[in-house]
Amino acid sequence: MRSFVFPEFSIIRDEERCGSCRGCERQCAFGVHTYDPVTDRLTSDEQKCAGCQRCAIFCPEKAIVVRPSPSFYRPNASWSREKIEDLKRQAETGGVLLTGCGSDKPFRIYWDHIVLNASQVTNPSIDPLREPMELRTFLGRKPDMLDIRAEDGDVEIRTEISPNLTVETPILFSAMSYGAISYNAFRSLATAACRSGTYFNTGEGGLPREMRDEFGRCAIVQVASGRFGIDAEYLNCAQAVEIKVGQGAKPGIGGHLPGEKVSLAVAETRMIPQGTDAISPAPHHDIYSIEDLSTLITALKEVTNYEKPISVKIAAVHNFAAIASGIVRAGADIIAIDGLRGGTGAAPKAIRDNVGIPTELAISSLDRRLREEGIRNQCSIIAAGGIRCSSDVVKAIALGADAVYIGSAALIAMGCTLCQKCYTGKCNWGICTQDPRLSGRLNVEIASTRLSNLISAWSHEIREMLGGMGINALESLRGNRDHLRGVGLYEWELDVLGIKGAGE
Amino acid sequence: MAKAFVLEPGVRAGPSGGMGAAVIDAASLETRELNDRLRELMLSGARRVQISNVCGQRYIGTRLYTPERLKMEIEVLGTAGNDLAAFLSGHKITVHGNAQDGVGNTMDSGEVIVRGRAGDVLGFSMRGGEIYIRDGCGYRAALHMKEYQGKRPVLVVGGGCQDFLGEYMAGGVVIVLDLEGEIHDASFIGTGMHGGVIYLRGTVEGSQVGDQVDISPAEEADMEVLEVYVSRFLERFPEVETTKEEILASPFTRLTPRSKRPYGGLYAY
Repeated sequence: MRSFVFPEFSIIRDEERCGSCRGCERQCAFGVHTYDPVTDRLTSDEQKCAGCQRCAIFCPEKAIVVRPSPSFYRPNASWSREKIEDLKRQAETGGVLLTGCGSDKPFRIYWDHIVLNASQVTNPSIDPLREPMELRTFLGRKPDMLDIRAEDGDVEIRTEISPNLTVETPILFSAMSYGAISYNAFRSLATAACRSGTYFNTGEGGLPREMRDEFGRCAIVQVASGRFGIDAEYLNCAQAVEIKVGQGAKPGIGGHLPGEKVSLAVAETRMIPQGTDAISPAPHHDIYSIEDLSTLITALKEVTNYEKPISVKIAAVHNFAAIASGIVRAGADIIAIDGLRGGTGAAPKAIRDNVGIPTELAISSLDRRLREEGIRNQCSIIAAGGIRCSSDVVKAIALGADAVYIGSAALIAMGCTLCQKCYTGKCNWGICTQDPRLSGRLNVEIASTRLSNLISAWSHEIREMLGGMGINALESLRGNRDHLRGVGLYEWELDVLGIKGAGE
Repeated sequence: MAKAFVLEPGVRAGPSGGMGAAVIDAASLETRELNDRLRELMLSGARRVQISNVCGQRYIGTRLYTPERLKMEIEVLGTAGNDLAAFLSGHKITVHGNAQDGVGNTMDSGEVIVRGRAGDVLGFSMRGGEIYIRDGCGYRAALHMKEYQGKRPVLVVGGGCQDFLGEYMAGGVVIVLDLEGEIHDASFIGTGMHGGVIYLRGTVEGSQVGDQVDISPAEEADMEVLEVYVSRFLERFPEVETTKEEILASPFTRLTPRSKRPYGGLYAY
């Protein structure tokens, strides 16, 4: 059927600069560029373009510009071009619209409406270049009280201390599975996490056996509804286990890793036959209640000999704080909360752009709820979904998070341009693909260095911001909303965030 | 039942050498205490353990993973609680009694024998090993069972199963013998199934089975598989008063997935 949809992008080639080197043709897995030997020129099929900018960035002559196509329908406030074209695509295929990455819709980004405090005169700021600043964070259950005995100079802690994760900076890599992302991207995250004193999260696709010895020490392994790649060795080689209940990009639904992405190596890691769809059902079919969740949490504690903290990841939805309270009471040591703008390798667009609540509001509600119930110490909170820079991290912690997960930010550090075509498996940046020709483009050493650089840069900025506020340990910022003020927010938003307006 | 083993709470070393079974009396033990002792016994070299007076303690067998893959044979006297053999790694567990929900949850390898019935969510996401249930089981059995390379899980149920049997099943073999002779009346069998095979003794209506499933009579190759596992079933439960020939003389229905990719056409790319 002929498609009635405009190309999304225009490709402008500067014919004077173009040396017909055919680099763009090799770079593009979507098959946009074609060489015509008769004219010795390259032509472009804009209809296929994902707008990932690979060709433009790698063109040695800088001869290519890719920009949103200027074509338009008669302007209509209700029927935007996106709405019209989505509808046409569905009329042409009869299918569910699929997309990748976090929601790009203009929901209010609260980070950009919150400002931080700084010391002036009465409470001197601290210079992180010459004074120690503590970013080290412990994630897991903390005791209600400590029974400490001192005898003959020996101090003994009698309280049983739950296992905690030690993270040198409050930034962890969010769950991205091998299968959704390439082996090289997965290994880059693991390498950078180990190098930077933080953790990567395997997602639900298992952890390749050859990586377990080397990277288990900085791995959080996931148990999701598909239960892929899970055996006792997988659970025991890591430092923490995370039960994935929900994801910010697609709360309430499961996932289908398409059979064509289930290569031999992915199949081995997930422990499923090659080429089958890897189906994660919407719920865990052994969890229909908080009591059932408690059973799985305890099963995971049993299988790991009570040596690892157990995290439960949920999407931020309307009444999630009450559910989170149940999750803590069910025995979770960490709650990971993933907001509206959380990323994904594939999600139905209708879900991604319409379900869930913003991370910023979620952090504050969750922290408040657990404090009101007197159980905040029983779990740590990792906030995820839409963390873009170090100041977002600082604000998340001041709103009540213990640490953050970054997913999209980490991918961007490796080269991702958020083109949202992750689900096609044709990622020209070698990140979200199982095609060896494409994934080979991502050099693990370079990509992991880019990731470590990012962690290092953000950590330094966090120290600067803390020092500016006169704080020398991240611990003193946690839930410290006095250091936040809102700009341009409604009263109810300030209330949910638990912050005052600027100038108040 | 097995009162001879009940002396006092705790562990008693088995009779001479490594041959005899160590004994745990679970009468006054919480789940965690029981599993502490099981693990201690395994690490101290015990290879056979008998646990008496089990009354709902959970996760029996779960905390027995070691990198060296030590293996034990465990006899459970009483009623095993939820998640018996969850994540089980190579051990053999025999329950002389019933088992509650979640038997063999995400089990990796080993064998579970229940001389009684099992509750809901039996063999959930099981990837390897074998489970034999003498009597029937509850809802949601064999959900998302999967197979991988040499690992092909097998679940044999002597009685009947309830609704949602084999939902999202991705691999392995499920055999429901329905020896109690009732007509198999579960619904929503095999919804979303994309791998593996289910054999039901007797017949099933199309309306009981998910859209993603093909129904056909068992063929010769299937009967060979059935013969192997029915024999093993009867070896494990000599108390079952029937013969292999008698069981195999009945017609068997085979349920297989129509596609490895049941939802491949769902999306607009």
